[in-house]
Amino acid sequence: MIFRSFGWSEIWFIVQSVQWTLILTALGLVGGGIAGFFLALARVSPATWLRIAAGTYIQIVQGIPVLMILFLSFYGLSLMGYQLPPLVAAGISMTIYVSGYLGEIWRGSIQSVPKPQWEGSASLAMTRAQQFRYVILPQALRLSLPSTVGFAVQVVKNTSIASLIGFVELARAGQLINNSTFQPFRVFMVVAALYFAICYPLSRLSRRMERRLHARSGH
Amino acid sequence: MPEVVIDKVHKSFGPLEVLKGVSLTVDKGGVTALIGRSGSGKSTLLRCVNGLERIQSGTITIAGHTVSADKAALRQLRKDVGIVFQSYNLFPHLSVGANIMLAPRIVKGVTGAETRRIAEEVLALVGMPEKFGAYPDELSGGQQQRVAIARSLAMRPKVMLFDEVTSALDPELTGEVLAVMENLARQGMTMLLVTHEMGFARRVAGVTVFMHQGRVHESGPSATLFAHPATPELAQFIKSDIK
Repeated sequence: MIFRSFGWSEIWFIVQSVQWTLILTALGLVGGGIAGFFLALARVSPATWLRIAAGTYIQIVQGIPVLMILFLSFYGLSLMGYQLPPLVAAGISMTIYVSGYLGEIWRGSIQSVPKPQWEGSASLAMTRAQQFRYVILPQALRLSLPSTVGFAVQVVKNTSIASLIGFVELARAGQLINNSTFQPFRVFMVVAALYFAICYPLSRLSRRMERRLHARSGH
Repeated sequence: MPEVVIDKVHKSFGPLEVLKGVSLTVDKGGVTALIGRSGSGKSTLLRCVNGLERIQSGTITIAGHTVSADKAALRQLRKDVGIVFQSYNLFPHLSVGANIMLAPRIVKGVTGAETRRIAEEVLALVGMPEKFGAYPDELSGGQQQRVAIARSLAMRPKVMLFDEVTSALDPELTGEVLAVMENLARQGMTMLLVTHEMGFARRVAGVTVFMHQGRVHESGPSATLFAHPATPELAQFIKSDIK
């Protein structure tokens, strides 16, 4: 049996797969961001049943591995007769996973806005919706940025589980090349380096935002 | 003709009764100061007047509105009743101008050019016309508090409430805030204020109300009240203030 050598064309194949990791990350962050936004609002709602429903959802999502969410949406739904393409199944899984975490991160940010801001805006005769829209959310957004960007790093890395349902993103591309070259150390060094190249700038950005936030609030 | 009528108001926080049947009135254009030790219920009373705290019994009418738990009714009331807090509560993400223009625009639907005109007018009134574009964290405490007053005034309130507005300020900054309030009183604004500034209450407030243990212990024209306190508690309170 003859293995292919691990040359430039193999490296190029792996590099190209980065786009699918990024697309999957983007799907998760956009879908999960939208769902997470409404979850966060539900978590601070005056309606008890809404708070409990959103809290239960978040507990379940955070309490099971992302892999199980992926298997359930890919195999579970196919058993029920829905044959989802891997990209769709992976996209849905990332959305569910991200919503469970961003919902909670953003709930914390909303609740970090000092209570006097609520009283000040209420005293100016604003409705609750106006208080959120003009006073609370802009401040919560600023507070949430460091941890949101920090969480995006986790999302990038967790897209690698999509390789387990045959979706060819960065990790899966590495496996494929390794199967034909049997150069695991070199192959996965390249894969790891690419993950690092995406994640490191995000981590740096998150830390810089955090420092800026503290510098401002300490003013 | 009273603009504020507080009638037999009771308020409890859990088992702790902080207001035990408080009644008082403020005439239209009048200034009433609430004084008393911390814990006497004066700040709570003020917060009940614009519905920030719920009362258990009694009635409060102000500027033609009755305080209730109904949110829409409460918003109507708050359009006519401004309040300024000890901690300013400016919106830190908005410039001074945007802080002032926000509520008139979104709550009262005043147009852009008109809100701008109002903002410049109220900023001039508090002596800060040049700070329109500044951000709250670039201002001193005294300046922030004057902006907070301007922000309330931009809603064209009929009554202004002041909750210990100079208590968080360094002594050298209280004067500029008190001067703004005194000016407002002279222009005929109906005002109800909680204060520790006895000199200010005596000079500016027509009526002073001394609260003690959740009740109105003594009240009357400020000149008489401070010169001849009728109860030993008030005499003691005034004496302890002159350190």
